[in-house]
Parts: sequence; structure tokens; C-alpha cells
Amino acid sequence: MYETIENLLANNDIFTLTTVLGYWDGLVMTVQLVFLSLILGLILAVPLAILRASDNVLVSRSVWLFTYVFRGTPLLIQLYIIYYGVTYIEGIQESMFWPIVREAFYPCLLAFVLNTAAYTTEIFRGAIVATPRGEIEAAKAYGMSDAKAMTRIILPSALRRALPAYSNEVIFMLHASSIASIVTIIDLTGAARDVYAKYYAPFEAFTFAALIYLCVTFLLVFGFKQWEKRWHRHLRPLS
Amino acid sequence: MSEVAALEASNIHKVFGDNEVLKGIDLTANKGDVISIIGSSGSGKSTFLRCMNLLEIPTQGEILVHGEQIGFKHLRNGERLPSDNKQVERIRSRLSMVFQGFNLWSHMTVLENIVEAPINVLGIPKKEATEHAESLLERVGLYDRKDYYPAHMSGGQQQRAAIARALAMNPEVMLFDEPTSALDPELVGEVLKVMRSLAEEGRTMLVVTHEMAFARDVSNQVLFLHQGIVEERGSPKKVFENPDSERMKQFLAPKY
Repeated sequence: MYETIENLLANNDIFTLTTVLGYWDGLVMTVQLVFLSLILGLILAVPLAILRASDNVLVSRSVWLFTYVFRGTPLLIQLYIIYYGVTYIEGIQESMFWPIVREAFYPCLLAFVLNTAAYTTEIFRGAIVATPRGEIEAAKAYGMSDAKAMTRIILPSALRRALPAYSNEVIFMLHASSIASIVTIIDLTGAARDVYAKYYAPFEAFTFAALIYLCVTFLLVFGFKQWEKRWHRHLRPLS
Repeated sequence: MSEVAALEASNIHKVFGDNEVLKGIDLTANKGDVISIIGSSGSGKSTFLRCMNLLEIPTQGEILVHGEQIGFKHLRNGERLPSDNKQVERIRSRLSMVFQGFNLWSHMTVLENIVEAPINVLGIPKKEATEHAESLLERVGLYDRKDYYPAHMSGGQQQRAAIARALAMNPEVMLFDEPTSALDPELVGEVLKVMRSLAEEGRTMLVVTHEMAFARDVSNQVLFLHQGIVEERGSPKKVFENPDSERMKQFLAPKY
């Protein structure tokens, strides 16, 4: 075992400092893209989930339409439509936004944000709807307005409940972000593809990327586990 | 001149669909009154209590809390709603409710449950609210459980915590909605003991209950509801020992 690794490293022409730095840059891009998407998606999803859980059918249905469209089509197609679609906007190439949207990064970010917002909205909505009726009734009975009951009782309880499902969404988003490489972004997968093209070594190139994804996933899983420990104290049996 | 009543309800009606659950109920609770509302399941007693803090909106009838009348408006489809939500919130904060299912907020510790509404509804400073909450926990015998979550306590402890939460509001009237019905027989006593001590210190209480001994020994007035009307009312002695109503006699008769 040890010898095999030694042999591999001795005959290693691919993983030089340059390629490893290439992977590093790719990883930085992936983390930026995913982190920004998740943060913005989260900011969108909380109010959307509240509207989605509302008794007003018109409001709830409009949000449902949004989540249905973005959950009902592949992320790759959404990315293509947004990436190529912006160029069709009348006058965009002359506008001040062109330098921004010409880069693949922002159309890609937009697609990711809308996609994760749609999934997260439905996760949170499920958790909001599952709030025990009695707890909402108690909030009312103690004089809380609807808004106060939402921010003090329903959301804190629902977001805790949503944590395990949301941690899955975060991991899915990390992995789905690999399609950014299709629209010229050099993320982790993009870096692996460069290595593949340069050395014609697809197996090594992509396996290395896969290992890095695994490490990031491990960190995420570990992080969420710590978070759950803190946030789910009220659900665990007393030891 | 007599003091203004803590809670006054007149001619309360409640209709669900085409089922008239309450058919005109009157009640006056003066300061220090402990009124037990008894009756079989479906008699409307819980619905009546829930009308008092507007968890149910009475279809007809008026409610006055310490002389302040709750305003209602009618929608075009005939539905009746409170005209001022702010007023409803204010009134509710003066009528604490204790529920059959405790309804403590499960993601908060006992202490957090108790200070939540005083801080965020009444605007009491955190330090003051916490000190008050701790003294109330002492009083219901749960001081050593203050950092526990509701799920980690027995039903009796949860209900005592819920009573402390109700007391923390310094309520005008306390509303108890079958507070012991979800408890093991062994745990009923500890809750009733706390309620009895509240009655003895002069709290105004409305208690919907199946505990006949409590109704007889602790309250100063008993209402017996049957099919949405008050069949019998009066002092416990009168209602339990010498009822006029045939239904009340049946209700009290041994069932086996």
C-alpha cells in the first residue's frame, strides 16, 4: 500500500505545483460561487417560504409557481437559459451592466441563487406548516401579533426543524455547482478538466477533484452536525 | 359603587357552520372570583372559554375586560371579526390562558418560555422579567428545572411551567382550559395544588374542568353547561348538593 503510493508519487508528472495551484484556484471559485448562492438563496427563501405558507391562495400559488418552475427543470437548462438569455435583452451590450453579465460568473450565480432559493423555500415551508398548532395558539393567546408570532415562535422553531433537510440542500448545491464549468467558469471541475485536457489523464484529473469535493462535503457534514447539536438540544432525549 | 368586573360576557353565541355550539351565555367574573365551568364533552365549555380571549370569535354577544368593551365589525359576507387587532392583542395579554396540552414553546427552555411574552409583548426589561420568572418558578416548584426544555419534563411539570408562564403576565383573569385532562392521575394533584394556592391568594380564575372535587372545594361559583346553554349556576354547595336541573342531577349521578 505504502509502496504503491510512493511509486505513484515518484512517477508523478501530472500533479506538479502548477496543477495543484490550478485546483486550488478552482476550489476557491467553487466555494465562492456556492457560498454566495446559498447566502442569497437563503435570504430569498425565508420570506418566500412565509408567503408560500400563507393562507392567501393567490400569494401561496404565485410562490408555488416559482418553486415549481425551478424545481421542475434541470439546473443545467436554467443555467443555459440565463447565461445565453441575458444577451438577448435589448440594449444590454451597451448598458453599464454588460461588463458584469458578460462574465459567466453572474449569470451562473443568478441561476444557482434562484434554484437553491426554490428548493429552500419548499423545505422551510414544510417546516413552517409543521409548527405545532398549540404553540401558535399560545403565541396568540399571549397577545402576540401575527408578525411577532412568526419571528419569535414559528420561524425559530421551523428553521431548527428544517436544518437536516437544509444541510442536504447545501451538499446538493456544492455538487450541482460543478456544472458551472460548462459555461467557461474554472471552478474545481473546470480545473480538473484543464488538467485532463493538458495531460490526457481523465481518470487522475477527475479523481483528484472528486477527493477534494469529498473533503469539502465532510467539512459541511461535520459543521452541520455541530450546529444540530446546538440547535436540537430541545429534541434530544436527556442523557 | 361596586367595583368594575374583571371580565363580563353577555349573550355569547357561537355557530360553527350550522351547528350552534353556544346559545347565549352570560358570565360576570369579579376580582377574586374562581368560576368553574363544568359539563360533558361537547357542551361548549371550552369554546366559551376560548371566546373570552378571542381564540374563537363569538358570533354574537359582547365581552368587557375590566370595563373595556371589545369592538367587533361585520364583513360583507356576514362574518364577524374584531374591529381592532391591536385591542385584541392587548386584551389577550391581560387574560393568560393555560391549555389542556400545555402548549409550551418547545424550542425554548422553561425560563425562556416564561419571559418570552413579558419581554416581547409587555415590554418588560429582560432583567426584571427574569427575576420575576425565577420567583414564579420557585413558587410552582420548578426552579431547578428552569433550563430544561419542555420535552424533558413530565406533563405535570410542563403544566406547572405553563401556569408560571401565565402568571408572568400579571393577568387580570386566568383562563384554564381543562388543565389536568392530559395528565396521568398521579400528576393531577401537583397541578391542582398550584391552582388552589392561586385561588387562595385572590386570583381571578375561569376554570373549565372535569375535576369535580376542585370545582366543589375551590371555586366560589359553578356553571354547568349543557348543549350550549347554562343549565345550572350558583355556589358549589347549591349546584352540587341541591341542583334544580334534571341534567345536572344526571351528570352528578354515579355512572356505574
